Amino acid sequence: MDFTFSEEQQFFESTLADFLKDNVTAEQIRQRWESAEGFDKTTWQSLAELGITAALVQEANGGLGLSFEDCILLMQACGRSALPEPIIEHSFIAAALLEDVHAIAPSQTTKDLLAGVAAGEKVLMTSHVINPHTNMAQSADAFLIQFGDDIHLVDKSEVQLKTMKSLDPSRRMSSLDWQPSAKSCLLNGVKGSELWQRTLNRGALATAAQLLGLAEAMVSQAVKYASDREQFGKPIGTNQAVKHLLADCAVQIEFAKPVIHRAAYTVSVAPNRADWAVSHAKVCASEAAKLAARHCTQVFGAMGYTWECDLHIWAKRAWVLDKEWGDNGFHKNRIHEWLLQPKALLGPEFTFGRRYLGDANEVV
Amino acid sequence: MDLIYTSQQNSFRMEVRDWLRSHVPQNKLPSFDTDDGFEAHRAWERTLSEGNWGMVTWPKEYGGRGCDLIEWLIFEEEYYRAGAPLRVNQNGIFLLGPTLMEYGTDAQKARFITEMAKGNEMWAQGWSEPGAGSDMAAIRCRADRDGNEFVINGQKIWSTRAVYADWVFGLFRSDPESSRHHGLSFILVPLNSPGVTVRPIPQLNGLPGFAEIFFDDVRVSDFNLIGEEGQGWSIAMSTAGFERGLMLRSPARFQQASRRLVELYRARQNDILDLSIENAVVQCYMDAEAYALSTYQTASRLTKGGKIGAESSCNKIFWSELDIRIHETAMSLLGPYAETEGVGMKYHEEIAAWVDGFLFSQSGPIYAGTNEIQRNIIAERLLGLPRK
Ligand SMILES: Cc1cc2nc3c(=O)[nH]c(=O)nc-3n(C[C@H](O)[C@H](O)[C@H](O)COP(=O)(O)OP(=O)(O)OC[C@H]3O[C@@H](n4cnc5c(N)ncnc54)[C@H](O)[C@@H]3O)c2cc1C
Repeated sequence: MDFTFSEEQQFFESTLADFLKDNVTAEQIRQRWESAEGFDKTTWQSLAELGITAALVQEANGGLGLSFEDCILLMQACGRSALPEPIIEHSFIAAALLEDVHAIAPSQTTKDLLAGVAAGEKVLMTSHVINPHTNMAQSADAFLIQFGDDIHLVDKSEVQLKTMKSLDPSRRMSSLDWQPSAKSCLLNGVKGSELWQRTLNRGALATAAQLLGLAEAMVSQAVKYASDREQFGKPIGTNQAVKHLLADCAVQIEFAKPVIHRAAYTVSVAPNRADWAVSHAKVCASEAAKLAARHCTQVFGAMGYTWECDLHIWAKRAWVLDKEWGDNGFHKNRIHEWLLQPKALLGPEFTFGRRYLGDANEVV
Repeated sequence: MDLIYTSQQNSFRMEVRDWLRSHVPQNKLPSFDTDDGFEAHRAWERTLSEGNWGMVTWPKEYGGRGCDLIEWLIFEEEYYRAGAPLRVNQNGIFLLGPTLMEYGTDAQKARFITEMAKGNEMWAQGWSEPGAGSDMAAIRCRADRDGNEFVINGQKIWSTRAVYADWVFGLFRSDPESSRHHGLSFILVPLNSPGVTVRPIPQLNGLPGFAEIFFDDVRVSDFNLIGEEGQGWSIAMSTAGFERGLMLRSPARFQQASRRLVELYRARQNDILDLSIENAVVQCYMDAEAYALSTYQTASRLTKGGKIGAESSCNKIFWSELDIRIHETAMSLLGPYAETEGVGMKYHEEIAAWVDGFLFSQSGPIYAGTNEIQRNIIAERLLGLPRK
């Protein structure tokens, strides 16, 4: 039993965090807003050089062969910097799905694509039915698209995009218009459905980790502002009402962390038993990020309600990610269903252990 | 990260489970805030200590098992799973015990720890005074040195279990010229000393769960001074840190309560009209689990040499608010049957326990440093907001 991250895991995180701090500033994010594609190729290239795009791809396929757990802190760091590039969708959701498909139904197509994805040369996005729209579709080279249980691999030339404005100016949302064919179908039936389920869990958890990072970033911006801004001759942060707004956020953040980290472990070691752990993570990260957005806006006063104040870069991301990969209603319902199973392993003795190790038919 | 128990940890769990199965009293003990209940709980403490289960994290020489924090968590999980009695001497074993081990002399450890572990001496804690609640540094109760004795005069209040306890530990002003957190000393006082008057205070459930303690020229030997004279504040803070931090409320307590809540919900589901209940049950279950996960993460970090910091103030807020939510939800599930504690119903005892727990949960945000004070600490020490 060891619920801490290894030095390597922490080192990878700090390398990425340092890069993002220097290269993805609020000012640069605002520059992306001005462009049609909203996607900076140089940043993407650097992230690929750091190894992010290769992280979940197996070594045999040109990747680093890391686990989802190894990468969870990276996703948190991306959230903290409100990174606009869809590196998470590409590296931790799409690449992971392609890797899973390749493990079951290997082909030259999937092998070549994996190599391109790992190198960051091919941008791969997924379209799961739980999300009506896809972010940054116009920058993608190919899509993995859900059609019932089927997993289709579709080239960008075969997809018509209907692009629409996002509440979050850093995102570029589109709906995909395409035709499924026998040729585009990589996997179907039970196997396909199982992989979509895993993808949903990875998507929800990656989103949870970003939401946690967003919440942390908003609170630290508000702390700084509350320490500098003066009213009545003293910093506004000396007022208890202001302190408590931010302390409440800190409590939620503090208790979302271990839940997200446990879910990352579960997705890595027992991907088919991860529903409840992931749903828990998504709900508490969403709540933490929404509270941070609301309370931090309050701390900034009127400034917090302006386009000029950087806070909304983070707040808007939180508001949209809250609804992506299943909203709280979806995830609470999964937990509710699980709690109602007569054989569910509930109670203090089941925090760990048998939920991962038990036999496959057991209700966990 | 490795979230699987080792085989050693699993067999430790089984050992605890087996022992509890054959020792936990069949019938629920009466409340420890009654004459009979207190003695029944004292007897249970003796039983625990005879099996060396009284305080598993303590070193073997004090009747413990030298367990690490993960094993402590496992023990607690089994303890709550088994529905074992509440720990009547928790002030002693969870708070004073560790303080004595850190600051006591060998002679003091020899005198106090074993008696405490065996349940022979029960402890109350005396920090609060009528004029010193949240502002504990406003303590006025005096301990004037006279040769190798202290003469104590003044008053403590809200002292839990003091009605039946044998001893009280607390902070007293030993330097009459001092103010605030200077000049305070950490002293142990027998409650049967001449000059001590204990006046019970009935709590919300009508039972005398805490008391006022009046000291009128009470003489105690300076053997009972812990640490240096005048250093009481920093010693007390280490005690308070422990209390908030980890051990006061083990996660198993809330996991077991939320499991019972799910069972109650399953039983009452078809009679419930309030749309918010389903959500509340799910939320309570998640939060109890989040508290457990957080504690495991802290325990892992501490085991690897980390230190507990201001983030522990988050714990106090989280579990006390969770406890209220669990019990509010149970009250909603019980509907009008809560009022009469389900008398005449099949699950009367269970219902009565929910109602009593509901009343007690109201005190969570107040004791062990109010949640407002915790929020101040989080804002200033964890987030770094300016004090002034
Ligand atoms: C069940 C129970 C058991 C207890 N057991 C013990 C015990 O064994 N030993 C012991 O010594 N004490 C014990 N206490 C006392 C407890 O520690 C105090 O009640 C607590 O410290 C608060 O003090 P107070 O009651 O005087 O409230 P006050 O300090 O008067 O506070 C009243 C309200 O004002 C708020 N407030 C006060 N100051 C501030 C501030 N600076 N900023 C924001 N809000 C503020 C508080 O948060 C609270 O809401 C117990 C209390 C309870 C309820």
